Amino acid sequence: MKKQNWQPWALLSPSLSAILLLLVIPVLFIIVYSFWLRAPTGAVIPAFQLGNYARFFEDLFYPSILFRTIRVSLICVFLCLIMGYIPAYFFHRSTSRFRQALILLVLLPFWISFIIRTMSWINILGTTGFLNHLLLKIGIISQPLSLLYNEAAVLMGLIQFLLPFMILNIFVSLEGIDKNLLEAARSMGCNEWQAFREVTLPLSLPGVSAGCLLVFVLTAGTYLPPMILGGPGNEMIANLIFNRVIGTLDWPFGSAISVILLLLLGTIVWTYNRYLGISQIFKAFKGN
Amino acid sequence: MFRITGWSLIRLFTIMIYVFMFLPIVVVIILSFDTQQFASFPMRGFTFKWYVELSQNESIIRAFKSSIMLGVLAALLSTSIAIPAAMAFVRYSFRWKNSLNTLLLAPIMVPEVVLGVSLLLFMRFLQQPKSFAMLLLGHVMLTLPYVLLIVQARMVSIQEVYEEAAKSLGAGPFHTFREVTFPLLLPAILAGMLFAFTISFDNITATLFWATAEHQTVPVRIFGMLRHSISPEINALGTVMIFFTIMIPLFAAFLIRYFGKKRI
Repeated sequence: MKKQNWQPWALLSPSLSAILLLLVIPVLFIIVYSFWLRAPTGAVIPAFQLGNYARFFEDLFYPSILFRTIRVSLICVFLCLIMGYIPAYFFHRSTSRFRQALILLVLLPFWISFIIRTMSWINILGTTGFLNHLLLKIGIISQPLSLLYNEAAVLMGLIQFLLPFMILNIFVSLEGIDKNLLEAARSMGCNEWQAFREVTLPLSLPGVSAGCLLVFVLTAGTYLPPMILGGPGNEMIANLIFNRVIGTLDWPFGSAISVILLLLLGTIVWTYNRYLGISQIFKAFKGN
Repeated sequence: MFRITGWSLIRLFTIMIYVFMFLPIVVVIILSFDTQQFASFPMRGFTFKWYVELSQNESIIRAFKSSIMLGVLAALLSTSIAIPAAMAFVRYSFRWKNSLNTLLLAPIMVPEVVLGVSLLLFMRFLQQPKSFAMLLLGHVMLTLPYVLLIVQARMVSIQEVYEEAAKSLGAGPFHTFREVTFPLLLPAILAGMLFAFTISFDNITATLFWATAEHQTVPVRIFGMLRHSISPEINALGTVMIFFTIMIPLFAAFLIRYFGKKRI
């Protein structure tokens, strides 16, 4: 096959121009925009000043939302890791006839709309919801608890959304482990737990770290669960951006907050890529 | 005798995870048949009333129409630009190949809020009002990475010798693509299109920034309805959405199996 130089570029040009026009240039644009001024009249004036960033760090209000975003993301990563590793390990070791079907079932929520999965928690956690009904019926409580509109409810929604990503990443990594290594460990006298600790766990770490990165990045940018399941004190940085851009129409400030979020995630992804390589993340998607 | 082993605990835990994942979804479906005005336990009766009301709700029908049109067009467009890109990445070597591949997958990693804000503000800067075309372009960007991943993975598994055989028999590049590459790629193309459709159909966060008042999608409509309270009507709409989107992967699995049999 002749490999002419212009051919790959011709093949790439439609998708590259789409990404350039719809993603790269708009993101560069909001970086520029974040330095602009918003006049009291609401008009936007081109300028180069750091006022929007200064305003973000002026008092503790905005930074506290940033810290909350990071804290919620870390908690979410931790819970997804615990709740995801065990099922992934179960799929990996299971000899059940239904193994394939069970794996497909765990991927099913991917296909169900995010807003439906999020709002479905209102039916579970609401004062007249499933959980309160159950607890009242058993007699553990005599008054309905208010379980909704707090951080725990937000975490429920987030975990339900993100868990399949974690399970899939860990599972792909577990399936890639050479079975002979486990045999070798056993033949050298390791029991089940030791073999897991010495062989399986360390070799599954690439999948674990890829899953953690993905969950962190997706949580830190999340808008819907804090909006629908959270209360006034649970808003995260994406909610702040939405409110500034759509609500108060303060576009330069909204752009500055977006840039701060991008910088935070960019630093994390860059560090990850530097030491671990980003391609692991996409393995899980390809396995599909 | 039943003995508590590590394995049985792992199994129990996995079952609990399934309950955690699926209980909310099952409850949506159950409550959509409740007779009460506000979705709540215990259920008072069984009715199809909310589904009948949905089918008569003009704005929801309109939202379904725009969602389907948007999804179909986004899937067609993103697949048609992803195929040549996948060919370039798999069949050629050129400068910056890996970086460009990562760039095309970037919309997966950039938070949707940022995607939403940046495209909206850029279009505002260009004096373009919100429109269906802009929403569509946005959805093409959102779906492109997933289609690219699926098509590219399949392209890697198609051996280059088939294409070379066609070329040595005198077929030009377009002829080769039409007669050899395209039929072999077809399962991935269909799977990619269905996946793209679902992503577009389900998308909410970025769509909230881009949607116009007259082209509200179903998720945007649900978002608006949630402002008041959760009613069985929303649960009914949710149930319709769940069945609609679950049929798609099943259909895709069927297609892949059907075309998979014909593999060379």
